[in-house]
Amino acid sequence: MSSGKVITHIPESGRDAIFRVWRGDSTAGQFVDYKIRVQPGMVVLDAIHQIQAEQANDLAVRWNCKAGKCGSCSAEVNGMPRLMCMTRLDMLDLDMPVIVEPMKAFPSIRDLVTDVSWNYAVKKRIRPFRPRKPDAPDGTWRMQQDDVDRVQEFRKCIECFLCQDVCHVLRDHHKHDEFIGPRFLVYSAALEMHPLDAEHRVGDLKNEHGIGYCNITKCCTKVCPEHITITDNAIIPLKERVVDEFYDPVTRLFRIFRPKKA
Amino acid sequence: MAQINVPLPQLRKLGETSRRDRWWLAPLLTFLGLSAFIVYSTWAALQGEHYFVPGTEYLSPMYSPVLFDSWKIAAPSGHAWFGPWPDWLPKTLLFIPITPAFLILWAPGGFRFTCYYYRGAYYKAFWADPVNCAVGEPGFRGKAYRGEKKLPLIFQNVHRYFFYIAVLFIFLLSYDAIISYWFHDAAGHGHFGIGVGSLVLTLNPILLGCYTFGCHVYRHLVGGRKDEMSKLGPRKKVYDCVSCLNRRHMMWAWFSLFWVGFTDFYVRMVSMGVIHDIRIL
Ligand code: SF4
Ligand code: SF4
Ligand code: FES
Ligand code: FES
Repeated sequence: MSSGKVITHIPESGRDAIFRVWRGDSTAGQFVDYKIRVQPGMVVLDAIHQIQAEQANDLAVRWNCKAGKCGSCSAEVNGMPRLMCMTRLDMLDLDMPVIVEPMKAFPSIRDLVTDVSWNYAVKKRIRPFRPRKPDAPDGTWRMQQDDVDRVQEFRKCIECFLCQDVCHVLRDHHKHDEFIGPRFLVYSAALEMHPLDAEHRVGDLKNEHGIGYCNITKCCTKVCPEHITITDNAIIPLKERVVDEFYDPVTRLFRIFRPKKA
Repeated sequence: MAQINVPLPQLRKLGETSRRDRWWLAPLLTFLGLSAFIVYSTWAALQGEHYFVPGTEYLSPMYSPVLFDSWKIAAPSGHAWFGPWPDWLPKTLLFIPITPAFLILWAPGGFRFTCYYYRGAYYKAFWADPVNCAVGEPGFRGKAYRGEKKLPLIFQNVHRYFFYIAVLFIFLLSYDAIISYWFHDAAGHGHFGIGVGSLVLTLNPILLGCYTFGCHVYRHLVGGRKDEMSKLGPRKKVYDCVSCLNRRHMMWAWFSLFWVGFTDFYVRMVSMGVIHDIRIL
């Protein structure tokens, strides 16, 4: 998700804009239009707050940092999963109503707030970090920068779950029981590729975590506000490790002779 | 696995979305681009002639390597590894001609078909799975979605074997590029020269190399499978180069695809006498 180019110039004196906001809960709901006066420099979350203050005191929205770092203001703006606090109004066409709706891959609680607790349950199922025996007698380890470079990218994740929301395996196929989603494939990659980690997760990835459901269509990469190259750097390398272990007869044969991780 | 207990929003219908941009454009271009290539390459493969240019060493990449010369041509092309079309090979199958191209095209075809980039792209463009990000899919798949976890798409995992063969093709096509600087005069004497065709044939393995050596399989084999990159030694440089090509894998995929088609077209047109190959030297 790039910062995007300016589509609408908002004058210093401000201008009118219509926001078509989803109001409702898990049982029913509808879009309601709100017309407000917007100023230069505003983001979608500001507009929602203004609507809340001026016209709809009961509008439910979750937010915290307003700086793109807490990952709580995830929603869909004009159909694309985005952080509301990082979506500037001048990136949108304000001549048309701006559609703001909750994420689609999780159950709705109220208005723009969804229940993302499924993600926390999934995380608990991933084998935690298990470091190898310390390298030095004083109980410390040695690592090179080259070793950690790759996993550092994955650690930028703010758990906004936008990638989970856009992934069609969850969004359109509702495979929540069988697929952990891109966020947790990134998490698995961060652990599995960690130079000190001695745990083995490839079997889980194939069997319990459903990595095979990902059909590498890269929507997760497209929406990640932290610009993590989810598909190319996390998922595909993990898929290749699954191939090594389960689908490639040659590497399977070699594996018999190679010592296991400590 | 964690269960989700609260009802999820209704599944959307095909093409249903709140997106305002032209989300249909990218899959449409992919569809048109790949379809155009499939139609042209099938047509070219069915011809069984004009895949080389007499008097030059030009050879269409869609026919290289030539295992047996086509049964449609009278004089040998000079490129065949095992001579003329043998009797034990049928000439047609259900009235469809079998040409030397069909003996080899399965390899680059399979390589591209199982390539991670193309997979993602044609799942969208040809199977609408999904049509594009955050756009509704055809409803029939729903929860029955199998992805690449089950048959038949689980076979995409053979990609690395196609990669091994593709590397072999890079060497073969590089050889074709090198010999394309050799020409024969009417008396049969060979001499060095440079034709526009030589340049066309040279660019081909370069673009294909950038595509093939940026493959995710290669990236994995050369270093990605290791957790401690610092232990790779000089191979770390190779890994970095592969990663660099890999970042533009989509671009190389399209450039190389187009150029393979264009190279065949060029050789074919020169061979048919439609265009004249300009000799630079
Ligand atoms: S690349 Fe895979 S994980 Fe990412 S959105 Fe597509 S199917 Fe989901
Ligand atoms: S990987 Fe990116 S999109 Fe997914 S949860 Fe983390 S920050 Fe959000
Ligand atoms: S409010 Fe924290 S990321 Fe938007
Ligand atoms: S991933 Fe595209 S060629 Fe291997």
